Amino acid sequence: MKIIVCIKQVPDTTEVKLDPKTGRLIRDGVPSIINPDDKNALEQALSIKDEHPGTTVTVVSMGPPQADIAMREALAMGADEAILICGREFAGSDTWATSYIIASAIKKIGDYDLILCGRQAIDGDTAQVGPQIAEQLGIPQITYVQNMRIEGGEVVATRQLEDGCTVMSAKMPVLLTAIKELNTPRYMTPRGIFEAYEKEVKIWGFADVPVDEAKIGLAGSPTNVNKTFSPEPKAKGEMLEGADRNTVKTLIDKLVEKHLL
Amino acid sequence: MVRIITEKCIGCGACEAGCPVGAISTASGTAKIDYDVCIGCGACVGNCPCEAIEQDEAGAAEKNTAEEVGSSEYKGVWVFAEQREGVLMPTVFELLGEGRKLADTLGVELSALLLGSGVKALADELGAYGADRVILADSALLSDYNTEAYAKVVCDLVRERRPEIMLIGATNIGRDLAPRLSARLYTGLTADCTALEIDPETKGLLQTRPAFGGNVMATIVTPNHRPQMSTVRPGVMKKAAYDPSHKAIIDRASFELSESDIHTKVIETVKSLKQTVNLVEAEVIVAGGRGVGSAEGFKLIEQLAEAMGGVVGASRAAVEAGYIGADHQVGQTGKTVRPKIYVACGISGAIQHLAGMQNSECIIAINKNADAPIFSAATYGIVGDLHKVIPMLIEELKAR
Repeated sequence: MKIIVCIKQVPDTTEVKLDPKTGRLIRDGVPSIINPDDKNALEQALSIKDEHPGTTVTVVSMGPPQADIAMREALAMGADEAILICGREFAGSDTWATSYIIASAIKKIGDYDLILCGRQAIDGDTAQVGPQIAEQLGIPQITYVQNMRIEGGEVVATRQLEDGCTVMSAKMPVLLTAIKELNTPRYMTPRGIFEAYEKEVKIWGFADVPVDEAKIGLAGSPTNVNKTFSPEPKAKGEMLEGADRNTVKTLIDKLVEKHLL
Repeated sequence: MVRIITEKCIGCGACEAGCPVGAISTASGTAKIDYDVCIGCGACVGNCPCEAIEQDEAGAAEKNTAEEVGSSEYKGVWVFAEQREGVLMPTVFELLGEGRKLADTLGVELSALLLGSGVKALADELGAYGADRVILADSALLSDYNTEAYAKVVCDLVRERRPEIMLIGATNIGRDLAPRLSARLYTGLTADCTALEIDPETKGLLQTRPAFGGNVMATIVTPNHRPQMSTVRPGVMKKAAYDPSHKAIIDRASFELSESDIHTKVIETVKSLKQTVNLVEAEVIVAGGRGVGSAEGFKLIEQLAEAMGGVVGASRAAVEAGYIGADHQVGQTGKTVRPKIYVACGISGAIQHLAGMQNSECIIAINKNADAPIFSAATYGIVGDLHKVIPMLIEELKAR
C-alpha cells in the first residue's frame, strides 16, 4: 500500500508569550515543530506500515527551506520518502492555492491508496487544506478521524462529532484528517535520526510541480489579507476590596443592579 | 514584493505588530523585512502611518470594485441551515442574525439553505428567525450528512442561483463541507470568523478572524471570486430575534443526486452516552482552573454553578490535570462562549483561555494572585482564596 502524509511546519504556539510591556507577541526564539495533528497523521501511516509490510510512506510538505528539519524528523520517525514543495512563486498562497499546489504534487507522485493529513494547523486553525486537497483530487474524505482500520480495500474510520461520532467506510483512495485522539505519535529513534540524514529530502520547485501559474501565490489566491490589527482592549474592570462576606454581598448587589441575576 | 522606504520609516513598529507571519523587525530602529518569512500579503502597507512601505504591482492585492468582479450577477446572502436528525443546530440562528444584518446592508434577500429528508417542518422556524426564503433540498439520500452528497447539491445550487455570500457554522460538519465547496467553486473561504461586515466602498464582505490565540485580528477579503464564503465560530455572533409572524417563502429546489455520487458509507452513528455539557447556550458559566486544586475541588464549582443556575466550565490546565472532562473546556482549543455571567475561579487567564470567553457580558474573576492576567479581562475581580470566597457566595445567593 502507498500512503502519502501531508505535514506542515509551524511555530510552537504554546511557546508564544506576550511582552508584558508592549502587549506584543514575542516571536524570537519560538521553536518550529511538526504540526501536532499532522504528527498523528504520520503516526497512523507508520503504524499501518508496521502492520502491512511493503507499505511505503511518503511525506509531503509545502514551506520555506527551513522546513527541511521537519522533513528529517518525519524520516527519523520512519517515513520512507520526503518531498518539500518550496519556491518563491508559491509564497502568499491561501488555503485554496495551497491545496491546489499540494494536490498537483500528489498527482505527479501518482500512485497512492491513502492520504493522511492533520485536521488543522495550530498557526492558522483553518482545517481547510485537507478537504480541499481531497476535492482537487476528486477523492472522498473522512475528517476528524479518531479511530481507523483497514479492511480489504476499504478504510473504516470513526469521525468525531460534537455530540458523538459516526463510523464510516470508504473505498481507497481516500483522504483522512487526523485528530489527537487517533493515536500517540512515536519518538524518533537514534538509528532513525542517523538514517534521516543519509536520506534525501527532495525539493520540488515551481518547475517541478505542474501548476497553472495564475492559480498560485498571492495573485492566484481567492482570499487576501485586507488588514491586521490588535484587538481592542476591554474597558478596565473593577477590583472589589477584600475577600470577605461584605465583598460577596457587594458583588451580588452589583449583579442584581445590572439585572444579571 | 514589499519594500521599506528607510528614509520615511520612523521605527514605530505598527508594521511589526500587524504582520501575520512575524516577518518584520524594528529592533534596529527602522523596519526590516525577513524575505524568507514574508508572504507579500501587504498588510503592513496599510498599517504604516508614514507611507514608508510600498508594494510592487505584481504582488499587490488588487482591490477590485463590485463591477469588476461581475458580482452584479451574484446576489443574496445564504445561510447553511445545518440540521442533525431533524433538529437545527443552535449556530444556524446566529448565522441568521448575522446574515440578516448583511442582507439588509446590501438590500438583498436572506435565504436559508436546508438539506435533509422530511425536514420541511423546519422552514417555519427558519422564517421566524429572519430567513426571507428557505431553499429546500429534500431527499432520502440527504437524510444523514454526507460530504459528497451535500457538496454536490450545494455546489449545483450555488452555480445555478449565484449567491454573493454564503455563511456556514464552523461545526465539525460545517468545517467538513465548506472547504470542499470552496475548492470545487474556486472561491475564497475564511475559517472561524468572529466578525462580518460589508465594506461600504466595494460592497465586499470583510471577514475578521483571530490569529495567534486572539492576539492579532486579521480581516480577510475575497475580491475576485464569488460567493464569498465564511465559516462562523459557534457562540460568537448574536442569535437572531424570534418572530413567529415572519414567514419565509418555501422554495423547493430541483437537483440531481444518485447513489453513484456517494463513495462513503455510514455504518453507524453513535450518540455520546454521557450528558453533553451545553456551554455554548448557557447563560451562566462557572469555570474552574488549576487553582481549584483537585477533582474533589470541582464539587465546589458545581455547587456554585447550581446556585447560579449555570453550568460548569474549565480551563485547559484543569482538564489536563484531570480534574474534569474535556467537554467542559473553554478556550481556543475548547468552546467559545458568551454567557451573561462568566465566573472564572482559580483561572490565571492564559491567552488561549481568554480567546474563548472574553466576549462574555460580565466576567467575575476570583484568584489568589492579584497579578493574574484574568483580572485584566474581568468586570469584577476578587483577590482571594476561592475555597473561602465561593462557600460565602453560595450562602449569600441562597439567602436571597
